[in-house]
Amino acid sequence: MFGKLTLDAVPYHEPIIVVTLLGIFLGGLGLTALITYFKKWNYLWSEWLTSVDHKKIGVMYIVVALVMLIRGFADAIMMRTQLAVASGGSEGFLPPHHYDQIFTAHGVIMIFFMAMPFMVGLMNIVVPLQIGARDVAFPFLNSLSFWLFVVGVALINISLGVGEFAQTGWLAYPPLSGLEYSPGVGVDYWIWALQISGIGTLLTGVNFFVTIMKMRAPGMSLMKMPVFTWTALCTNVLILASFPILTVTIALLTLDRYLGMHFFTNELGGNQMMYVNLIWAWGHPEVYILILPAFGIFSEVVATFSKKKLFGYTSLVWATIVITVLSFIVWLHHFFTMGAGANVNAFFGIATMIISIPTGVKIFNWLFTMYRGRVEFTTPIIWTLGFLITFTIGGMTGVLLAVPGADFVLHNSLFLIAHFHNVIIGGVVFGYLAGFAYWFPKAFGFKLNEKLGRYAAYCWISGFFVAFVPLYILGFMGMTRRLNHYDNPAWHPLLLVALAGAFIVALGIAFQLLQIFVSIRDREKNRDITGDPWGGRTLEWSTSSPPPFYNFAHTPVIKELDAYWAMKADGTVNQKPAPYEEIHMPRNAAAGLVISAFSLVFGFALIWHIWWLAIVGTIGMLVTVIVRSYNTDIDYYVPVKEIEKIENQHIQAKASQA
Amino acid sequence: MAHGHTDNAGASHGSLKSYIIGFVLSIILTVIPFALVMHPSFTPQATLIAVVLFAVVQILVHLVYFLHMNNSSEQRWNVLAFVFTILIIAIVVIGSLWIMFHLNHNMMRH
Repeated sequence: MFGKLTLDAVPYHEPIIVVTLLGIFLGGLGLTALITYFKKWNYLWSEWLTSVDHKKIGVMYIVVALVMLIRGFADAIMMRTQLAVASGGSEGFLPPHHYDQIFTAHGVIMIFFMAMPFMVGLMNIVVPLQIGARDVAFPFLNSLSFWLFVVGVALINISLGVGEFAQTGWLAYPPLSGLEYSPGVGVDYWIWALQISGIGTLLTGVNFFVTIMKMRAPGMSLMKMPVFTWTALCTNVLILASFPILTVTIALLTLDRYLGMHFFTNELGGNQMMYVNLIWAWGHPEVYILILPAFGIFSEVVATFSKKKLFGYTSLVWATIVITVLSFIVWLHHFFTMGAGANVNAFFGIATMIISIPTGVKIFNWLFTMYRGRVEFTTPIIWTLGFLITFTIGGMTGVLLAVPGADFVLHNSLFLIAHFHNVIIGGVVFGYLAGFAYWFPKAFGFKLNEKLGRYAAYCWISGFFVAFVPLYILGFMGMTRRLNHYDNPAWHPLLLVALAGAFIVALGIAFQLLQIFVSIRDREKNRDITGDPWGGRTLEWSTSSPPPFYNFAHTPVIKELDAYWAMKADGTVNQKPAPYEEIHMPRNAAAGLVISAFSLVFGFALIWHIWWLAIVGTIGMLVTVIVRSYNTDIDYYVPVKEIEKIENQHIQAKASQA
Repeated sequence: MAHGHTDNAGASHGSLKSYIIGFVLSIILTVIPFALVMHPSFTPQATLIAVVLFAVVQILVHLVYFLHMNNSSEQRWNVLAFVFTILIIAIVVIGSLWIMFHLNHNMMRH
């Protein structure tokens, strides 16, 4: 009846997990009680959960991303603590079975359920506003993408309390992830969490690609697009081209595990090397999917706070396009040591070195933008400066690893761990947090607390170096990744330093949370009434903060690159607006949530081999899709009166401010 | 949004007939290679080549009948997107074959 699922699946004998589960349970109960007490369920359902408004979906993405950042960071702290104590005969407090799940979960969560949703969230909030659109091309699809992603998050969190998670490392290489060596449900949780949320990501890619190609305001040619939108465009092209590879690769692994096939097993012609090859053919574009939008954010931040036009817009755009294409011809550098031989390794090594050139071009773009600008030292700029230094170092260690000979010494050592954290934390995380501080007033209508934001940035930046420079050294000393305990006393002091660094980063996260709390408390003091708190250059700052649900009462007409800057310069912003017309908007929809809920049932059932339940999930999804397709009442027109009311409020608020 | 059988890009959304033709062709093009594998009648090498050929033809069928690509839609973006897709597929397929050939050779798998 319940397949492999029995009561033994709950790990009640492991105190750490039990305490965590208890915490989650009580926290969830408290949250439910609060929402019920304040009678907010209706509001939550109609204003947020079923919303197809890109700004609200973006906010929900980022909320989930921040929660998962804390979950993933808890994993990181546990790993660092384990390695700080598991020395000199001690085996630490995490047995290998649990420790292996933690390092797998850390990687999976940080990439798929923290970085990806944070990026998609920022893109959701900003891209339609930057191109002068009223929503994305397919608003319902956007809601569906979000909820499919939430199902992935739900599955990975359910694995904490019901069963186990994969113990394979974040990319689940076979044969370890095959049925023979991972007979439990851990890898199945990994498979279905990634497959379901991966479909959401692919749909996001389609949605935003179409949005950017087809919905730009009149006059905005491609070379007049803001840089963030450009990087978002390239990221979505990469999603479209690379995520199908991931889907197929995981599907083949699924066939191996569920239907006894032999794509990647040791027997009957299976070839694990093909899995490694395919997963990195997706995996390398993936890192550029994450970093390109961060580059876009830095470009916006640097130009805005230097009060200057971005230096070398054209070169930055072309560098982005070159990276988009080149990111597909470097994937072998993740497995130089597998033995493809000198010719193949040399090709991919050189390709890897070449891809660092356009990235280097961008560094100079940002530096020259700041040069002789009036740089305002706000939180986003501090993140940007931290990024420029940190990312440059990470880039250099990356070029070092691109030398196949050096890679044979450093492969899978802590040097590699230090390198990719150096570029992902220093590039992606710093970038998204800069974007968070930069666009927060746009999304919520008030600024974040500056002082606490700076403290957070200082702690993150310094904590990063204290935590990861020791790992570079340990890599040279021969320490490999994913070790549970060790007997080399020389490593111990450095691992203690790394733990201290992790705690400094924890302080940074604490400041970040405190900042959000304090800013909400003091929101009346920090109101952004003009809609343009930083003296911005691009279209998103021409609306009120937060923007009305239809974004723009009149579709703007674009004449120049920094469209809003140009409008401010020629005075068109203060002109009396033309008479309003009705605006065509999509209605809220619950179908995305319902389809995703059935996909959660479907995924959970397949993980535990509960076949009848999987059939229920499948039928539920199909029926919901069909019912939704026959629903013709999906849009409406906003009456002129309502637009006038909203617009006049903003105009009056602005006038009273001036 | 309500629109007829063509969208802004000028591409056709197809008809019931074209979808059925595509569906039937896809089934035929799947059943033949499946049968070739289940009931071997050629050498393994020849079967492999046949399966790959049927796969390529199947891709073309999908493009024409499901994605509505035809030479009348002279949309610059459609062509550009298509060329980019072919480029990426070529990189991944040729790259993988090259890599796997060397790996298999060096690992003495065959």
